[in-house]
Amino acid sequence: MSADGILASAEAIAADVASGKRSAVEVVTSFLAQADRTADTLRTYLHRMPEAALETAAAIDRRRAAKESLGPLAGVPIAIKDNICVRGVPTTCGSRILERYCPPYDAHVIERLRAADAVIVGKTNCDEFAMGSSTENSAYAVTRNPWDPERVPGGSSGGSAATVAACEAPLSLGSDTGGSVRQPAAFCGVYGLKPTYGAVSRYGLVAFASSLDQIGPFARTARDTALVQSAICGRDARDMTSRAEATPIDLNDLERPVAGLTIGVPRAILDEAGDALAPSIRAALTSAASAFERAGATLIDVALPHARYAIATYYLIAPAEASSNLARYDGVRYGVRRGDGDLRAMYEATRGAGFGREVTRRILLGTYALSAGYYDAFYLRAQKVRTLIRQDFLEALGRCDAILMPVTPTPAFPIGEKADDPLAMYLSDIFSIPASLAGVPGLSFPATFDATGLPIGLQLVGRPFDERTILRVARAYEREHDAASRVPPLAAAGGGAP
Amino acid sequence: MTKSGAAGNAARDRYEAVIGLEVHAQLKTKTKIFCACSTSFGASANTQVCPLCLGLPGVLPVLNGRAVEFAVMTGLAVGATIHPRSVFARKNYFYPDLPKGYQISQYDRPLCEGGGVAIRTAEGPKVIGLVRIHLEEDAGKSLHPEGREGVSTTRVDLNRAGVPLIEIVSEPELRTGEEAYQYLTKLKQILIYLDVCDGNMEEGSLRCDANVSVRPRGQAEFGTKTEIKNLNSFRYVEKAIAYEIDRQIALLESGGRVVQETLLWDSARGVAETMRSKEEAHDYRYFPEPDLLPLDLDAAWIERLRASLPELPDALRARLVRAHGIPDYDAEVLTETRALAAYYEETAARSGHPKLASNWIMTEVNAVRNKIGGSIETFPIRADRLGDLVGMVAAGRVSGKIGKQLFEKMLTDPEGPEALVQKHGLLPIDDDAALRALAREVLAANPGPTAEFRAGKEKTFAYLVGQAMKQSRGRAHPEKLQAALRAVLAEESS
Repeated sequence: MSADGILASAEAIAADVASGKRSAVEVVTSFLAQADRTADTLRTYLHRMPEAALETAAAIDRRRAAKESLGPLAGVPIAIKDNICVRGVPTTCGSRILERYCPPYDAHVIERLRAADAVIVGKTNCDEFAMGSSTENSAYAVTRNPWDPERVPGGSSGGSAATVAACEAPLSLGSDTGGSVRQPAAFCGVYGLKPTYGAVSRYGLVAFASSLDQIGPFARTARDTALVQSAICGRDARDMTSRAEATPIDLNDLERPVAGLTIGVPRAILDEAGDALAPSIRAALTSAASAFERAGATLIDVALPHARYAIATYYLIAPAEASSNLARYDGVRYGVRRGDGDLRAMYEATRGAGFGREVTRRILLGTYALSAGYYDAFYLRAQKVRTLIRQDFLEALGRCDAILMPVTPTPAFPIGEKADDPLAMYLSDIFSIPASLAGVPGLSFPATFDATGLPIGLQLVGRPFDERTILRVARAYEREHDAASRVPPLAAAGGGAP
Repeated sequence: MTKSGAAGNAARDRYEAVIGLEVHAQLKTKTKIFCACSTSFGASANTQVCPLCLGLPGVLPVLNGRAVEFAVMTGLAVGATIHPRSVFARKNYFYPDLPKGYQISQYDRPLCEGGGVAIRTAEGPKVIGLVRIHLEEDAGKSLHPEGREGVSTTRVDLNRAGVPLIEIVSEPELRTGEEAYQYLTKLKQILIYLDVCDGNMEEGSLRCDANVSVRPRGQAEFGTKTEIKNLNSFRYVEKAIAYEIDRQIALLESGGRVVQETLLWDSARGVAETMRSKEEAHDYRYFPEPDLLPLDLDAAWIERLRASLPELPDALRARLVRAHGIPDYDAEVLTETRALAAYYEETAARSGHPKLASNWIMTEVNAVRNKIGGSIETFPIRADRLGDLVGMVAAGRVSGKIGKQLFEKMLTDPEGPEALVQKHGLLPIDDDAALRALAREVLAANPGPTAEFRAGKEKTFAYLVGQAMKQSRGRAHPEKLQAALRAVLAEESS
């Protein structure tokens, strides 16, 4: 495996650093240089930390020189979505209300990454409090898609997806509530994994919708995705919803062929989508299904009869939880405070100025859904439908090893196209939300490109805590196709090419 | 505002009050309910806080198992049903001392339901049913210091935020302020027996809100209720309820209507005033807390807790009556706390005289405790020494009077009563010769009364006995002294 420059996999970089073929400082320097070239154009970061990254890299090199053993991500740069707490580093969630806020502690995943000797290079842009599908809802910047800067990178983890696509970092972390890792991964042509709910501790992830939020990795190979997932998964005593069933993935498992596996395709959902599903994506799905069949997998049709209610269900549950989770931003203890009149005036001024339109909209939606007299009709009913959707998936996954479906109805859309049409924006998550509600793992893998050169991702949904199987299926596809190894022209221009 | 007492006695008799209490008891865990911060009282403001109890972004609650244990023990002690699965819920409202903007509590699926607390009323024993007991976290404390001229400031201390509480909700089965007082006293006693709450109202470990309504006697439906808050002592609860019953009756009698509202008790002025009306009431938007899994309890674990419960006040009282043959009244006084009952039982056993032991504790010991304050655990005379003293009095080794002198000395002198008798020369004088010598001395010193007695004034004898007893500093054996006096008087007149 070659480890030249910024196109190398995280796995190869870690091996080179461990063997001394390249120093961590060299590695970090080359990625920092790439980000210097592209990050301002793409607006991938809200906060870059080159000095801290180089210090960490130098410390890793010193430890290697001292013959100490290094972690599995030794010297590998990783970018962190700005809703994950890094001690002493601004963590704004893309919101004005947390402008200049620095948490006094590291998230669980950050502790794990540090223990694996990864190098944190910065905080990536995202939709405010992870609410959005385009990263246009960030209070600070609009991130651009490296494949076409006039288009969105997806969201809410748009910065994390774009920075990996543009080779500014080989790895990043995002968070996925209704598709916020998988959808931008598809738009940017990289891997994006939403682990099983409970597989990764949420300690240190700023909450949007607690029963749905999961931290997940972005990478440019299936093996790198597994490498990060292995580093961050497992039970953490500080998150009561985290689970011990989530265990590291043996990379050798990923190399096993798909022959003998059964892959389900939810035909009814695809039919129902009609024209809303772009022909290029429909074709990519058909083609991938055939490829798996040729490789010896059995294809079956699976029904997910309640998936059609997923968006309505999601837009009751997620805003309800958000309305409560975001109550703490009141200007009393930290963050921005506005207004010096009475208490109520302070709350109104602080929250009025601090939250953007989408966040405000969801707080209002959620508050309404939980209000006396509406709770049973909205929140409680949504929870019941959610249970039905989960049962659909578990039943389908009882008959197959993985479900193959679209991530998004279309490739990346132009900046501004849906910015003023929240419903159209919500519908772009129609294929990612069902797995979120079901709590099962979903992987977005780069499948191909459409005629205009935009990447197309497809989704593999797996059984609870069986991330290894969907990564194995994606890896089998990766071995036969070159979609993941293409680099956006913007990122390739000027250097770093192999 | 209607003045308290405005309702006449006749009007009062036509109505019946319906009272329900909500009690918040702070559990005696070392750490908070969802983080590892200390719960100790009195630390400097905001020194017992962490990212979780400050409500910083990204932190998650982790349930303290000890708090669950204490809540279940309480439920078991009052005969409540312990639900094998209960669910935490968020109670949403904005206030500066509520860091997350919601309180983690329990709502439609509480930990315990049912059960009851037995009290004694003027009409006899009565069991006050419980609706539920649930677990929740406390909020912080808002302080409103006098600011500069015209500037109001609020300071927030979050040391208390996240301290574990149980909320104990009674059925509306209390009828008077006095019953409410009895109920609270009994509830506090149970909590202290279980050692799950220190019951200290001044420090806020025990808080109470009262729901009060009145209805014409015989009417089944409840009247409109009001809720009274800020009741900082059991006596205030009693007073505030009596005040509110009177106010509501007077209002109804004058043709008015009770408005559903929340009242704040002003103990200095003895009035309850409107805090907020029903229209201003919060919609707390409860929903299940997604950061905590449902609380599932193992049936065997619950049974182990049940088996390990200490003897509770009613059972202990009955046992003291049965085992020691003391009156029920004594047993009630002696079971005030588990420690007092244990002190009594040791004293009774050591002395061999259970009733006399009870008398000494109820009078001498409690009199001193009332004066110096403090619990029986810190009382300077331990049960073994008191038992020896009571035993000496019972055996006639010393008189009751000398016994009390010894008791006084024992408060400051750690020696046993026998040693103190020797040290201070308090041995009784019961030797006949010594008593006759004493009698002669007294008669010689009191020639007048002696002459009067001899002249037939029998009453003077008591005076002479008193003088002799005084001369002996109380040590003379009373009957033998009298016999000795009579003998000497007889001798001398012969």
